[in-house]
Amino acid sequence: MDAKARIREQDDTDDAGAARAALDTVATRPMIGNEAIARGAWEAGVKVAAAYPGTPSTEIMEFVGIFPAGDIKAQWSTNEKVAMDVAIGASFAGVRAMTAMKHVGLNVASDPLMSQAYIGVNGGLVIVVCDDPGIHSSQNEQDTRMFARFAQVPVLEPSDAQEALDYTRWAFEISERFDTPVIVRSTTRLSHTRSPVTTGPRVAREPLGFNEDPVKNVIIPAHARLAHPRVLEREAKLAAYFDDPEFTRWEEGDTSVGVITVSTSYAYVKEVLPDAATLKLASSYPLALDRIRAFCDSVDRVFVVEELEPVIETALHAAGIAAEGKAWFPRVGEFSPENVREGFRKAGVLEAVAAPEPWAVTPTMRPPVLCSGCPHTTSYMAVRAVEGRVAGDIGCYTLAAVDPLKAIDTCVSMGSSIGNAVGLYKAGQETRPIIATIGDSTFLHGGIPPLIDAVYNNANITVMILDNHIVAMTGGQDHPGTGKTLRGDETHRIDFEEMVRACGVKSVRTVDSYDVASVYQALREAIEYRGVAVVISNRPCVLDPVKLKGSPLQVRADGCTACQSCMNLGCPSLGWSDEMLDGFHKITIDESSCIGCTLCAQICPSDCIRPVAN
Amino acid sequence: MDGSSEKAPAPRNVLIVGVGGQGVILVSKVLALICQRQGLEVKQSEVHGMAKRGGGVFSHVRFGPKVWSPTIPQGEADVLLAMEWSEGLRWLNHMRRDGGTFIADTRRIIPPFAFRSRKHGSQSAYSSQAPREVMEMVGSGYALDASKIAADLGEKRAANTVLLGVLSMALEFPVEDWREVIAETVPAKALEVNRLAFEAGRDWVETTRAIPLAERLKDLPGREAEAETLAPVDIRFEITAEWCKGCDICVKMCPERCLRLNDRLVAELTDAQACTGCRICEWLCPDFAIRVQRVPVLEPVA
Repeated sequence: MDAKARIREQDDTDDAGAARAALDTVATRPMIGNEAIARGAWEAGVKVAAAYPGTPSTEIMEFVGIFPAGDIKAQWSTNEKVAMDVAIGASFAGVRAMTAMKHVGLNVASDPLMSQAYIGVNGGLVIVVCDDPGIHSSQNEQDTRMFARFAQVPVLEPSDAQEALDYTRWAFEISERFDTPVIVRSTTRLSHTRSPVTTGPRVAREPLGFNEDPVKNVIIPAHARLAHPRVLEREAKLAAYFDDPEFTRWEEGDTSVGVITVSTSYAYVKEVLPDAATLKLASSYPLALDRIRAFCDSVDRVFVVEELEPVIETALHAAGIAAEGKAWFPRVGEFSPENVREGFRKAGVLEAVAAPEPWAVTPTMRPPVLCSGCPHTTSYMAVRAVEGRVAGDIGCYTLAAVDPLKAIDTCVSMGSSIGNAVGLYKAGQETRPIIATIGDSTFLHGGIPPLIDAVYNNANITVMILDNHIVAMTGGQDHPGTGKTLRGDETHRIDFEEMVRACGVKSVRTVDSYDVASVYQALREAIEYRGVAVVISNRPCVLDPVKLKGSPLQVRADGCTACQSCMNLGCPSLGWSDEMLDGFHKITIDESSCIGCTLCAQICPSDCIRPVAN
Repeated sequence: MDGSSEKAPAPRNVLIVGVGGQGVILVSKVLALICQRQGLEVKQSEVHGMAKRGGGVFSHVRFGPKVWSPTIPQGEADVLLAMEWSEGLRWLNHMRRDGGTFIADTRRIIPPFAFRSRKHGSQSAYSSQAPREVMEMVGSGYALDASKIAADLGEKRAANTVLLGVLSMALEFPVEDWREVIAETVPAKALEVNRLAFEAGRDWVETTRAIPLAERLKDLPGREAEAETLAPVDIRFEITAEWCKGCDICVKMCPERCLRLNDRLVAELTDAQACTGCRICEWLCPDFAIRVQRVPVLEPVA
């Protein structure tokens, strides 16, 4: 689903009435979980939604952006904490508000969450967090249910796209009824699986107006001490509320085995053990322990099947309920029908089935790579050439950590590179030039405070801002440096040079990422500079917002010395030809994918890479 | 307890795999739409994020009266549709052993990773298993050069639709539904060529089915003749120190980054294992100070 195309389509619709009617029509159609969440928010009457992109959550806000601006104010915020604060502000104003982020985004946004857990809400406040079990595109696989328990806010865990819609709508009811922020937790598999969803109309909500209650809204120590007991009372009330057949669903079955499960794990349990008595929870926190205990008493053996951490299992053990779980099912990685089945086999519930000897196959390793013509390539060729100690950051450019660029020494979290570089410098151990590399959006997200820190504390480091004018890794979202909003409207554009100078940096230079010599030269000069020097490597991403394609290049085979210098770029358009020179493959360029960036031509020592002759 | 005693018939599973940018998701959406027309529940699962970065892409499509797991359990794919040869191999064991259908485009997309070893005489690390031996091992299914069939129709990019034509022969849905959904999905200006490509895929299956497997195998690409094994060589990097003026050109241009200037500002080899003997330093040295020799390793006489 190309959400952006649909945003444009929406803009082109003249007949607002017809569009409105189409939106309100109750229909069943396949949606990915993220679209269903967006739809659920719209149906719940959400007025303000803010997010920072992050796989697997990105599409939620893109889909929210499809709905009329008169219904929902949707925006990309500079980071998850800001998005959370925006949503909290809207809740203070008395409207329903939502923020969406990936699991590690909640780390960034956790500060206001922990306060808001005490403050509660005025308009309903829902935080959608998408976990990434299996680490498809993240730095860890932390379990957001632990965060819900930590913050003492309820967490709803849909198991398919229909529930994603229903639970999101329901989350707003819970939020207002129990005066609490509510987390809706998705996972990669739910967010990116398409299944049929029946939609409903939007319920228009009257704004509640600002609630003039400083004791509630201003969380100073005296007020917080009053709030904490309320949080504990709320926990008990919520547990009682979840003690309901709709939320803690008891599916009768074979009582020799009873399975307690939640989220997509439910689907795997039904796949491999369709006849077992099943207790399907809507939430891992707080738990409806009475109902769970009754279920456990009705079966011979109780299993908890939950992805990642044993959140439910641990709570059951604490409550004195005997249940088996992580002894059989993995605590790391994503669940699958295979490993859930294997768990039940090991536990003696299912019989082992002799699997046929697998076919002996030798597939090719195919890790993700930087695209043909990626402007990040030159920057990393340059930092390698100066033998820098490179603190990397989060984005496509993390792919430069592996062969053949192999140019990044560390990668921690969004915006960490600059602070890490300051620490590397302060440790006083490094003989190599210390370089932080950070993307444009990542810099705006979390790179500005550490840059100020570097200037303030007189660090001698070089910062390369890799400005490709987009949030590329998540599929091309706008940010404050692009001059466009989520809905594609023109807006104020942050000027990076101005921003960097305002932080106190004296040495700032912008270079063209496709001009190899200039990038090398600028980097050398920045390293020579004593103090914080910033080099902005500037070229748009080749994929977004528009896919770039220039005239391709070709290798003149008679000039190619098979030296492999160009292969150091790791460009997917470059490969080996069958022709060899003294035992080395000459190079050939795939014209269909080459975009003509000329990087290979610029570094070819024998000058044999030229435009394809027309 | 017997886990397989489901009331509703088990769902059918189609696993579609390929490389980012090939259209795996598009093909699975077409299939999902067709299933929906039959009134079946469909779950289609994919992973976003790395898809555009040249990595492998896969999409699980499951359909039936009731579908639980969004992913296809290993060994239960009724059809494995591979849009790239090696991706097909990667997922081969996901296919059902009894009656699974393997449909593979023999097209090879060789990733940069396969060119990592640049030693003298190195070959690409792309899978050496060729269609003939794999189809013989699997015993059924179809391996075809869909890009060539599409190119013969004048539009190389219609290879996906050729594969949809082949897929349509492996599933029991009415052919009219396929034609209509494809017509609804492809851009209007490409309608005719996609229509032809779909029929070409179907025709190819019709023709191929009539030929016994043993005959078919003969026409498939076999393992490429092993490249001539080169005699092993020792690489010797020699420098006339008096002639080197420390200009740094060889150090900066060395593709393997295994040269440096020593404290007397003379170029030297830092890692003899990393040097491939490509001779770029020798050719670029303005002072003719470097010589790279490849000395054959002589086998001891027995």
